[in-house]
Amino acid sequence: MSEDWPLYEVFIRSRSGLEHKHVGSLHAADARMAIEHARDVYTRRQEGVSIWVMRSADIIASDPEEADSLFEPARDKVYRHPTFYAIPEEVKNL
Amino acid sequence: MYTQALDTHGKEPLPAATGESGAQAQRFQARVDAEDKIEPKDWMPDAYRQTLIRQISQHAHSEIVGMLPEGNWITRAPSLRRKAVLIAKVQDEGGHGMYLYSAAETLGISRAQMFEQLLSGTAKYSSIFNYPTLTWADLGAIGWLVDGAAIMNQIPICRCSYGPYARAMVRICKEESFHQRQGFEIMLTLAQGSGAQRAMAQDALNRWWWPSIMMFGPSDADSKHTAQSMRWKIKRFSNDELRQKFVDITVPQAQFLGLAIPDRELRWDPGTQHYLIGPIDWNEFHAVLKGNGPCNRERLEARRAADEAGRWVREAAAAHARKQSTRTPQAP
Amino acid sequence: MSARTYAPNERDPAQQEAHFRYVLRLGDTSLVLGQRLGEWVGHAPALEEDLGLANLALDLIGQARLLLTYAGELEGRGRDEDALAFLRDAPEFANLTLAEQPNGDFGHTIVRQWLLDAWQLEIYEGLRVSADTRLGAIAAKAIKETRYHHRFSSGWLIRLGDGTQESHDRVQAALDSLWRFTAELFAADDVDERMKAAAIAPALTELAPRWSARIDEDLRAATLKRPAAQPYPWHGRRGVHTEHLGHMLTEMQHLQRTYPGVRW
Repeated sequence: MSEDWPLYEVFIRSRSGLEHKHVGSLHAADARMAIEHARDVYTRRQEGVSIWVMRSADIIASDPEEADSLFEPARDKVYRHPTFYAIPEEVKNL
Repeated sequence: MYTQALDTHGKEPLPAATGESGAQAQRFQARVDAEDKIEPKDWMPDAYRQTLIRQISQHAHSEIVGMLPEGNWITRAPSLRRKAVLIAKVQDEGGHGMYLYSAAETLGISRAQMFEQLLSGTAKYSSIFNYPTLTWADLGAIGWLVDGAAIMNQIPICRCSYGPYARAMVRICKEESFHQRQGFEIMLTLAQGSGAQRAMAQDALNRWWWPSIMMFGPSDADSKHTAQSMRWKIKRFSNDELRQKFVDITVPQAQFLGLAIPDRELRWDPGTQHYLIGPIDWNEFHAVLKGNGPCNRERLEARRAADEAGRWVREAAAAHARKQSTRTPQAP
Repeated sequence: MSARTYAPNERDPAQQEAHFRYVLRLGDTSLVLGQRLGEWVGHAPALEEDLGLANLALDLIGQARLLLTYAGELEGRGRDEDALAFLRDAPEFANLTLAEQPNGDFGHTIVRQWLLDAWQLEIYEGLRVSADTRLGAIAAKAIKETRYHHRFSSGWLIRLGDGTQESHDRVQAALDSLWRFTAELFAADDVDERMKAAAIAPALTELAPRWSARIDEDLRAATLKRPAAQPYPWHGRRGVHTEHLGHMLTEMQHLQRTYPGVRW
C-alpha cells in the first residue's frame, strides 16, 4: 500500500493588497491537509493572510533551454518603454 | 540551523568529462562566477547536482535529528514560558528540515528516498546531535553554542549559487535569530542563579564546547574538497576561518557569563588579534561520525520508530484521498 | 445571561472560591492536554504533523498561561502560573480526566483531541459573552485557536475512520476506550451552577446537545460508531484523577521540585 503523499507547491499572500508568492513545497495526502500543512509550516510567524496550494505535478514550466527564444526577443523592443520617447521638458503631464 | 561542514564528508564526485559539453560547463561556471543563481531546471554539472543533494539532505537530516535532543526536555521545561519557547524552537527545526528537504527535492530526489538514506544509516547528519542532553543547562548550551556555530556556518549559504538552497537558508537564518538568544538567556539565568544552577551551566559548557568547535568540520589542511565547493559558490569560507570567527565571538560571551571554557591552552594572541585554541581531538570527531558517539544508536532508533509507527497513518490518509477522488471526480 | 457585570472585588468567599475553581479547571485542562501533545514533538507520523501537533500544543500552553495567571489572581494568595503548574500535586489539579489520558497511537491522540476540541468550542463560545470580561477576552482569543484545532482533529478523524481497515479499527478502538471519559464533560456541579447564576459561565445543559450533534456529524463522516454512554467514576475537575496524571506531573515538575525556589 502506498504511503507516499504527493508534493504540493505553496503560495502565500503576505498581506491584503499583495499577490500570492511562491514560498516552498510540502507533502500532503489531500487538498485540505495541504492547506493545513501550509498553514502550520509556512505561516508560523504571521507570514500570510491567504494560502494557495497546488499539486507540483500540475505546474507547467517553460524550458530554460528555450529562454533565449522566449525572452530575448523582448530585449530590443525598447519602444515599449516610456523613456524611449523624447519629449520637450516644458511639455507637462505626459 | 545545524549544518556543519558536511560537504567534506563522503566522496566528492568529480566533474564528469564525458556526456557534458564543455561549452555548457563553461557557461555554467561563468554564470556562477557572475553571482547568477542556478535554478532547478537549468543545466548543471552532474557533480554539482550530487554535491548539493548530499549537502542539502544531510543538512535537512541534521534538523530532523536535531529535534530529538532538545525535544527530550519539552515535558520537563522548568516554567511554562520556557516550555512554550522550547516547543516553538523544536518546531522551527522541523520546519527548517522541511524547507531543506523541499530544496533538495528540486534536484530530483524524493523525500522518501532521503528518509530511506537517513534511516538506513547511509546518510550523515551533524555529529553534534549524537551527544546527550543530560540537564536543563544543556538546552542553554545548545542554543548558545550549537545554534551559534550553526548560524556562523549558515549565513554564507544564504548566498549559495543554487537558488532554492539559498532561499531556504535566508528563511531559516531569519527564523533562527531567536534560537541563539534564548539559549544565552537560559545560560545567563543559570549563571546568575544558585550554586547548583551555576555548576549545571559550567558542566554543560564543559560537555558542549568541543563538540561545537568540531561542528565546523575538519581543518582546512585535511579538507580536500573545499576548493571545488568554493568554485561552485556552495561554500564561501573555509572551515578554519568560520571556526576562528566563532571562537572569537564566543570567548567574551563565556567571560560575561563567568564560565570557564574547558581549554587550558586557550589564549588571546595580540599579534593576530585572535583567540587561539588548543588541539582538537579529531579522533573523537571521526568516532562520532562513524556511528560511535554516545547517542548515534538512540537517535536513529527514535527516527525509525516514528517512521514505523506512523506508517498506518500515512497509508490511511493516502487511502482516504483515493476514495475521495473516486467519489468526486476532478473537474476537467 | 443577566446584565449584571462582574465585580472582582466582591467579597463573597464561596463565590470567589468557585470563580477561582472554574478558571483553574479550564487552565488545567489546557495545560495537561498541551503537555501531552508536547510528548509528540519529534515523533509524529510525518514531519508536517510534527509541526501541526506542536502548533496545537503551543496554543494550549498559551491558553493555560492566561487562565492560570488569572486563576492565581482570583485566588489572591500570590500564586502565579508557574506556582500553579509546577507546585501542586495531582489531587489539586482540576483538569478534565480525558485530557490526562496517555497519547497511545496517533489515532488515540486524535480522538482525545477531537472530543476536547468539540468541548472547548462550546465552552469558549459561551464564555465570549461572560459577565467576567477578562475571561470573555481569553475565550475570544481561544475560540479562534480552537476552531483550527477542531478542523485539524476532525480532518484526521475522518481520514483515519474512512481510510484503511486497519486505521478504521484502530480509531474505533480508541473511541471505544476514551468514550467513558466524556460523561464528565457536561456534568455540572456546584461551581458550574454558581458561575452560571452569576452569568460568568454558560449553562452546561445547553451546551451538551450542541456538542453531541457536532460529534455525531463528524462520526458519520468518519464512518465510526458512537459508543454507548457509560457511568463514570472520574471527576478530574474535582481532583479525582486516573493514575496517569501523577506520572505526568512527576515528569513535568521534576526541575521545580528538585531545585526549589530558584529562577529558571
